[in-house]
Amino acid sequence: MHFVIIGNGITGVSAAITARRLLPEARITLVGAESAHHYSRPALMYLYLGHLRYADVKPHADWFWAENRLELLHDEALGVHTAARTVQLAAGPSLAYDRLLLATGSVPRIPGWPGRQLRGVQGFYGLPDLESMSRDTQGVAHAVVVGGGLIGVELAEMLHSRGIHVTWLVREGRYWQSVLPAEESAMLEAHIRDQHIDLQLTTELRELRGNAQGRVQAVETTTGQVLPAEWVGLATGVQPNLVLAQAAGLATDRGILVDEMLETSAPGVYAAGDCAQHRRPAPGEVAVEQLWYTGRMQGETVAHTICGEPTPYRRGEWFNSAKFFHLEYQTYGRVPAQPTAGIASFCWQHPNGKHLLRINFCGADQAVTGVNTLGLRQRQDVWEHWLREKTPIGTVVAQLAAANFDPEFARQHEPAIRRAFAQQFPSIAVEKPRRKGLW
Amino acid sequence: MQDHPTPSLALAQPPPAATPPGEKLPLAAVALGLLALLVAAADADHNRARLSLYAALALVSGGALGWAWLAFGRPAAGWHPHDLWRRASTSRGAVAWATGVALTGFYVVLYWFPGLLENLIRALDPFSAWLRHRAADQWLLYGTFYTLAVLVLGGRALWKYRSTRYHLARTASVMFFQLGFSFLLPGLLLALQQPEYYFSYFWPLKYDYLFPDAVGKLLHGGGLGVFMVFWGVVLSFLATPVLTYFFGKRWYCAWVCGCGGLAETAGDAYRHLSDKSRTAWRWEMRLLYPILGLILLLTALLWVGASGAVPALGVVTGPLGQLYGFAIGSIFSGVVGVGFYPLLGSRVWCRFGCPMAAYLGLLQKHFSRFRISTNGGQCISCGNCSNACEMGIDVKQYAQRGAPIVRAACVGCGLCATACPRGVLNLENGPREGRLAASTFIHADSLRIL
Repeated sequence: MHFVIIGNGITGVSAAITARRLLPEARITLVGAESAHHYSRPALMYLYLGHLRYADVKPHADWFWAENRLELLHDEALGVHTAARTVQLAAGPSLAYDRLLLATGSVPRIPGWPGRQLRGVQGFYGLPDLESMSRDTQGVAHAVVVGGGLIGVELAEMLHSRGIHVTWLVREGRYWQSVLPAEESAMLEAHIRDQHIDLQLTTELRELRGNAQGRVQAVETTTGQVLPAEWVGLATGVQPNLVLAQAAGLATDRGILVDEMLETSAPGVYAAGDCAQHRRPAPGEVAVEQLWYTGRMQGETVAHTICGEPTPYRRGEWFNSAKFFHLEYQTYGRVPAQPTAGIASFCWQHPNGKHLLRINFCGADQAVTGVNTLGLRQRQDVWEHWLREKTPIGTVVAQLAAANFDPEFARQHEPAIRRAFAQQFPSIAVEKPRRKGLW
Repeated sequence: MQDHPTPSLALAQPPPAATPPGEKLPLAAVALGLLALLVAAADADHNRARLSLYAALALVSGGALGWAWLAFGRPAAGWHPHDLWRRASTSRGAVAWATGVALTGFYVVLYWFPGLLENLIRALDPFSAWLRHRAADQWLLYGTFYTLAVLVLGGRALWKYRSTRYHLARTASVMFFQLGFSFLLPGLLLALQQPEYYFSYFWPLKYDYLFPDAVGKLLHGGGLGVFMVFWGVVLSFLATPVLTYFFGKRWYCAWVCGCGGLAETAGDAYRHLSDKSRTAWRWEMRLLYPILGLILLLTALLWVGASGAVPALGVVTGPLGQLYGFAIGSIFSGVVGVGFYPLLGSRVWCRFGCPMAAYLGLLQKHFSRFRISTNGGQCISCGNCSNACEMGIDVKQYAQRGAPIVRAACVGCGLCATACPRGVLNLENGPREGRLAASTFIHADSLRIL
């Protein structure tokens, strides 16, 4: 069997590695247009910060691919002939496949602001973006970042590390309000401003203004301000990369439409990761998942199906994590951004503004439904267990130390958390606490 | 099979950040201090040389501490190694080569041409008389420099890592053991007409402590000598396995050992330089365990020789002992181990040469409750953990498979956990059952990583 994978991001590579394990004899080819080797997209910012070199952000050493007989083609796929089962490549001869996986990822989604084409205005998604950012931010004193998600905070941190004054325009009234409840947003807003980032909420970009050389010089906002900006980062989201799927005539909507087995409308052609859209997402789940973790899981799942072990994609308990300058964020289960009927929410914050814990639970049976933390590390398998077993909040609060994943000698906050819980929910009994860690 | 070479990622680099004006003053003090050190070394007038030396030590220490406070004590607490791979001093640039050559040269002079240091040594005579009741020698000079390096750059580490209490405890511990157990106490023992003894070093690192000659002399030396032999034997064969069982090898390598102490303080700026490639790991295997075997063999042969059972054994043990002392004791642990910090990272000796590390590592891997846990399926393969590992472990390879890190090399410095931007790694002692079990959040793949 020849298994061809278009895209060498985390999804394509996870599929390749899983397939190699399941089918030691299969021929597996990975086609990547952007880079010769797989690299970690979330690590790009560390190259700009000077923490790491390019070789350090490659998850596997270069010998790994040849030793495991994973063929790498640094080439661009231009078309797919689904009837003949071939892929047309830009530089090489066309490639015949038995099974094809499209893992083409995302492209930045950028509204058509006036001045969008000026030099020094860009999105941030891949290596070429990092290269242009490195080139265009040299000697820059003022930069503007537009868009309030995770790419936005990365850009702000990168620019700030070079001593560039950053103004950050966020359309919403509070930071990442589509994802975070109000307390989390407020803590992050204060933390971001502590880093001397000029965070402007409820503010949008109106237009970009250039100089005579065609380079951006200033931006005008919807609040009427004109801000100097020799560089502008547009972090307004990404959308599935559909170029190849549309050229191949596959059914698409926002993403490449796939069924439970991640198979597209063409037999033998699958899609997974950022570029895929589930036709029937499970209740409470989204149709398009653009996350590192789900990309890896989808890659693993689809490889099982392709290798003769049909496996529907089941994500399991939701989890995610991020870092905002020095403040780490973790979430397990479901924590909606808005108060939800029937769901109670316990929230504790440290007075220093650097630690927060929120646990949501079902008002009816007191089963925990999700947790958010800022500045606290939590053990995933413990939370997975609590969420799956619908553990009552009283037990969870008592045993919270079992989920503590902070380093040794770190100050423990469980007693303060239990006191806050007793104050907020005096009617719920908390069991006897247990101690931290593996013991 | 078509495999393109990696394109050079031509990231446009900014001009090196200018040193903030405030930092120039303490750096100038360090430079003046180094000049005063040269003056002291060149001046045959002992009084003037002494004044120069003390001025040099004050200027270098004060300047370095002042600079460390400005660079690490003032900015927000947290892990932000900005420009680490861009500065000439920390990315094997010209400054690193100059530093490496100077350090290596100092060891060469110290070991083989101590006469060149005569003026400096004599300048320490009053201090030596006060501490040790005897004249100074090159090893007192070396010990003074070494201890100052651990204390001053330990101060830098305390500021740099103040957001993590594990690092504060660990740094304070190595500073305490270097000053107390490896500098003041041996001096005091000499002052009391006792054998010079380092209670924080044991066989096989301090290999001659269990040689028959040394043991014989100590046993003849009365109560304290007997205690020293007892201490050495108990620490080597009883405390080491017991403590390593509970805490891993870190209780020694990252908390007590003087070599580790220097690596964690003076070497901290170079930890990312340790080679993480499979080739480097293979060299580690080829060197570390044969060196442990060599010192085991030498010690055993010496005891057989001392028993008189095989009279002709001296023909073998003499040259073997000289070879070990020269090649391993001098060249490897000093000249290469410390001299090459700025080029090969801070744990070259610990990683490739230390027989104690090999012994502790075998215990850690097969007989310990220690592991570094990976938190479920949350690794983003960013590589910060591997970059921070001074022992050259490609931590990321384990983390991205959801596997716990159980490796003989790990000294438990904890920097991987600090550097991880997602809170995925944690140093833990726990039950041995399931210690090697990978997370259920990532399906284990059987593809080899070493």
